[in-house]
Amino acid sequence: MAEASEKIEKKIIDEGLETGSKRLTEERIEKVINEVLSGETGARLKSYTDTCVHCGLCAEACHVYLSFNRDPKFSPAGKVKRTIGEMIKRKGRVSPEFIKEASEIASTECNVCKRCAMYCPFGIDTAYMMQTVRRICHKLGVTPLYIQDTAHSHAVTQNQMWVKEDEWIDTLQWQEEDAREEMSNLRIPLDKEGADFMYSVIAPEPKFQPNLIYQAAIIFNTAGCDWTMPSFPGWDNSDMAMFTGDLEIMARNKRFHFEAAQKLKVKRIVMGECGHAFRSVYDVGNRWLSWSMPPIPMIHAIEFYYDLLKAGKIKIKEKYKKSVTIHDPCNVVRGRGLHEMLRYVIHELCENVIEMHPNREHNYCCNAGGGVINCGPPFKKKRVESNRIKADQISDTGAEILITPCHNCHSGMEDIISYFNVDMHIKFISDIMYEVMEKQE
Amino acid sequence: MIDFNTLYNFLSGPMVWVTFIIFIGGSIYRIWDLISLVNKNEKFIYSYMSWKYSLRSIMHWITPFATTNWRKHPVMTVVTFVFHMGLVIMPLFISAHVILFNAAWNISWWVLPEGLADVITLIVIVCCIIFFLRRLVLREVKYLTTASDYVILAIAAAPFVTGFFAYHKFIDYHFWLILHILSGEIMLMAIPFTRLTHMLFAVLTRSFIGSEFGGVRHAKDW
Ligand code: SF4
Ligand code: SF4
Repeated sequence: MAEASEKIEKKIIDEGLETGSKRLTEERIEKVINEVLSGETGARLKSYTDTCVHCGLCAEACHVYLSFNRDPKFSPAGKVKRTIGEMIKRKGRVSPEFIKEASEIASTECNVCKRCAMYCPFGIDTAYMMQTVRRICHKLGVTPLYIQDTAHSHAVTQNQMWVKEDEWIDTLQWQEEDAREEMSNLRIPLDKEGADFMYSVIAPEPKFQPNLIYQAAIIFNTAGCDWTMPSFPGWDNSDMAMFTGDLEIMARNKRFHFEAAQKLKVKRIVMGECGHAFRSVYDVGNRWLSWSMPPIPMIHAIEFYYDLLKAGKIKIKEKYKKSVTIHDPCNVVRGRGLHEMLRYVIHELCENVIEMHPNREHNYCCNAGGGVINCGPPFKKKRVESNRIKADQISDTGAEILITPCHNCHSGMEDIISYFNVDMHIKFISDIMYEVMEKQE
Repeated sequence: MIDFNTLYNFLSGPMVWVTFIIFIGGSIYRIWDLISLVNKNEKFIYSYMSWKYSLRSIMHWITPFATTNWRKHPVMTVVTFVFHMGLVIMPLFISAHVILFNAAWNISWWVLPEGLADVITLIVIVCCIIFFLRRLVLREVKYLTTASDYVILAIAAAPFVTGFFAYHKFIDYHFWLILHILSGEIMLMAIPFTRLTHMLFAVLTRSFIGSEFGGVRHAKDW
């Protein structure tokens, strides 16, 4: 397997990495690395590099290492050694070829899932170091092509998928119209000032999965919510710029998102079932804008569904019958501790829940998150094979359905179940809720 | 050729002062340097820090088997804890050291019974051998290992090995005694300037990640 992985790596050609690295000179590399190291990093990087005793205890944490037959170069500290460790040691004097490889390692062999931070006795945060590598590579213009394209889309359209403003509005109206056949008084209220909450989604929803907006609309209308969605940029909460290291674009997008809510004078933001977007709004983007917490109250769909069910605003007709298992998304579980709420919601909706192991904070990452799946087709095979451990983990449950409230987890695990022939279907919470809830009319 | 007494008097006199000045001064410098780095680029770290979550994290990680990863590596856990405890307890409570303090400043405290001290010394040496073998044998450790890792292991093992030989008057007591004092001093002086710094930084890195997990992520970090 380890040899297989090496073969795959050799074959991968990514236009972004190839073209970007060809433009580099050693002087430029040295300058940029040292600029980032001295201007943007500090005590964390210093203490991590000086404290790591090379004990290898973090290896156990990483699904990439575990899936690639425990090949040490894929362990968290192994990836540090192959990237930022070397950059620091050589004081930035590395070759364009090295940068190309470092970019591939940081962007496609690490999901910045932070599981390893829970396994290192010193709490060394390898995810942070991989993000620093991505930042350096971004500044050098060496980022995988597909994810770079989404970052460009963020820069131009303020959404991840090049969705034009009229397409966005059209999609919402189309979903509203369809849903009215099921619920005649249903509305998807656009730009309603002073609503209780603004619902924000990631751009792949209008682009590929508008049914999720449909389902959300049915749920909100049934629960009698006072809600709205912006018709203007700021509706997309997703953030691939955060993962390419394009922190300026990240910050700009977060500002659009927060300002949309402020313009609409809503009391809070409710986010759809997405993990990375939550990380960006709750932990990363807000901090770049100097808010230690989001400037307006903001909750994830899990918290919102939890409240609806607790308050009895959504009633269950009959619980879901098929056996289900829960995948805890890193960004809302290890990132926000929503695992118990998630379990409450799933147990309210489903009859037969089987836990996968390890679970909660210790769950293995889906290997799609952290922008890895967004690096696109060139890396697909490598990505899927580097999460064999996940395939084993979910198929061990024997469940028929896998529920996960995160888009990246969905797409990543779709690929895993098809590649490893796991007999399982994947659903969002809202898919199940929509199916089992009592609806008006 | 310098005679034993001159060398002994130098190493156990002025050199002790030099050692402590370098060790304490160096440690203060390293921590001060780290804090000034926080102030330079990462002031947000202060907004994370929480005593409660720092202590929660530290307590879990300094308790054997209290974390998932300690439980996953039982041998390493026992070896690590025994080794580090030996490293701190031995120099402070071994009778020969307390006698020196007594002679110098007329102070004294509880000492380890000699037989027990001897056993602990051997255990620490065995721990060092296990650490050494780990680096040679385990793939994930071998891959990360650099020459400096062996050097610091040797620095940490030396006071115990030489102390053991000196105590048992192996061939030439004076030879081992001199080496013992020297290696102890080297170890202390190396702490702020090698990877042994983990002794100083561990509390800080754990506090940070503990605070981040507790206060922001609302998740456990163990
Ligand atoms: S993928 Fe997760 S566990 Fe592996 S190195 Fe990256 S952050 Fe650590
Ligand atoms: S567990 Fe921590 S100290 Fe050990 S190798 Fe990994 S990062 Fe370094």
